[in-house]
Amino acid sequence: MSTTTADTVFERPAQRSWLPTVAIWVVLLTVPLWLPWIGGYTALAGRVLVLGLAAMALNFLLGFTGVMSFGHAAYFGLGCYGTGLTLKYLSDSTPLAMLVGILLGGIAGTVFGALIVRRRGVYFAMVTIAFGQICYYVAYRWNSLTGGDDGLRGFQRQPLHIGNWIIDIQNNPVLFYYFIAAVFAVCIGLMAFLLRSPFGRTLLAIRENERRARFLGIPVERHIWLSFSISCFFTAAAGSLYALLNNFADPMTLHFTLSGEIVIMAVMGGMRAFWGPLVGAAVFVVLQDYISSMTVNWMSFIGLLFVLVVLFFPRGLLGFVRAYSEK
Amino acid sequence: MLEAKAVTKSFGSLVAVNNVSLAVAPGELRAIIGPNGAGKTTFFNMITGFFPPSSGEIVVEGRDITRLTAQQRVELGMARTFQITEIFPELTARENVCIAVEVASGYRLRPWLSRAARTRVRERIDEIIASAGLTKQADRRVGELSHGDQRAAEIAMALALKPRILLLDEPTAGMGEQETFHVASLIRRLHKHSGYTIVLIEHDMRVVFNLADRITVLDQGSLLAEGTPTEIADNPAVQSAYLGSAK
Ligand SMILES: Nc1ncnc2c1ncn2[C@@H]1O[C@H](COP(=O)(O)OP(=O)(O)OP(=O)(O)O)[C@@H](O)[C@H]1O
Ligand SMILES: [Mg+2]
Repeated sequence: MSTTTADTVFERPAQRSWLPTVAIWVVLLTVPLWLPWIGGYTALAGRVLVLGLAAMALNFLLGFTGVMSFGHAAYFGLGCYGTGLTLKYLSDSTPLAMLVGILLGGIAGTVFGALIVRRRGVYFAMVTIAFGQICYYVAYRWNSLTGGDDGLRGFQRQPLHIGNWIIDIQNNPVLFYYFIAAVFAVCIGLMAFLLRSPFGRTLLAIRENERRARFLGIPVERHIWLSFSISCFFTAAAGSLYALLNNFADPMTLHFTLSGEIVIMAVMGGMRAFWGPLVGAAVFVVLQDYISSMTVNWMSFIGLLFVLVVLFFPRGLLGFVRAYSEK
Repeated sequence: MLEAKAVTKSFGSLVAVNNVSLAVAPGELRAIIGPNGAGKTTFFNMITGFFPPSSGEIVVEGRDITRLTAQQRVELGMARTFQITEIFPELTARENVCIAVEVASGYRLRPWLSRAARTRVRERIDEIIASAGLTKQADRRVGELSHGDQRAAEIAMALALKPRILLLDEPTAGMGEQETFHVASLIRRLHKHSGYTIVLIEHDMRVVFNLADRITVLDQGSLLAEGTPTEIADNPAVQSAYLGSAK
């Protein structure tokens, strides 16, 4: 039976779609308890969540609208630099810095998206790369502002002030991990909510059959544009968290290799499954961390794994697990 | 209701539809027939806004719609099905119809629906699913339904738009006796009981002569004849150009 749309259904009976959700949240919320025991460190888990959010945001466009972007690093990187620059030059408020990063990446994506929605398929993917590389070269060249090749240093995430409370996400890595998890929860909650709405179903319609969608009266270009824009805002949110996680903005966050990595995470984890890209990001990040300590050629191992997954589990790791468990 | 005025479409040097005019009255069931490559689908594509005609005009209820987009024409009450079924294969029949109902209700940009709106949508879906005879298959992916049920699902989606003009491109293509009969009676019900204005491209002559009020015959892009089923059956030009060679 169907394995692909279980998280986005409308009144479909007898689906246990809450089961993976509960399982994943139990794992995510208990990470700081067990991760040190198996040799991990909390920042690694933070990295999984941040890149998982980016991959899930890309997948809003890729898996649920059927449109491929190879340039999502641009919005990730803009979110990252927007947050870093605000903390360095303008303000010591972490939420404000995040807001600036999210708006910077999201608005750039919205404007750029409006220019390209008439392109399709490969052409669309190509122009998304081009825009991404423009952002990369600007950051690379504009030494005085961005630190150029060395990246942007000299800022630190600041503790949160809520009334008289101070939450010290600056020095307490576990608190910071839960802060990332909270932002992650809000973002993916919003995406899940949108995908279950009438608007979300028009996106599925476009993915499934653009011609049918158009002749049902859906203005396809406008809806793809909205989906692109939404996807870019959430990708920028991930980038913003990334700046806080590293206290550093790296020009490589704008580079198209990162765009490719985000695509790999989404596809490897399973782009038709809502949680697939998070699983893909977890596998990617953990393998990268583990293998890169042994060899500089870590990317070829991940490449090999990617090829194997695509060959043997075309629906991705999570898609495979789900199909198997429904047998 | 629907009028085409001297409509022509050329693809390079090929004139697929050549100076064809026709007028469909409200409540009429018009069949368009003609040999393969006669230009029937091309004609549909111009009426529904798939592409614009090279010359000529398309008028609906006195309004020139020649330059409107497909989506604007849907809003004016035009719904179509395709020669090769176009559905959302990975979604269930219910979800397919749900999308059409929500779009037709003006909800396509809504991030949520009120309880009352949800109830209305659900009732409408059930009603359409039932009228298309898909109640048993409603929660299966349409991609895995039989060919006939997929066609029924596509017609159901078109009906969900509450169209004033329904255009069906070979709805019985590739069907067996049973399925053809099933779809033909669905079309008859839509026409006789629900009063839809229908334009039907069809190869199956029994279906055409049983259902149509009037028949338009295209041949090599040009209008060959138009009239009631009896007139068309007796028309010598049609007999030699088409009926003789077809079956
Ligand atoms: N988009 C297109 N580009 C170029 N030529 C086309 C296009 N669409 C149709 N044609 C050509 O126009 C002619 C008419 O095609 P059309 O599909 O309208 O015929 P039809 O009457 O629907 O035939 P059938 O009974 O096989 O469906 C054919 O010669 C076809 O090859
Ligand atoms: Mg045709």
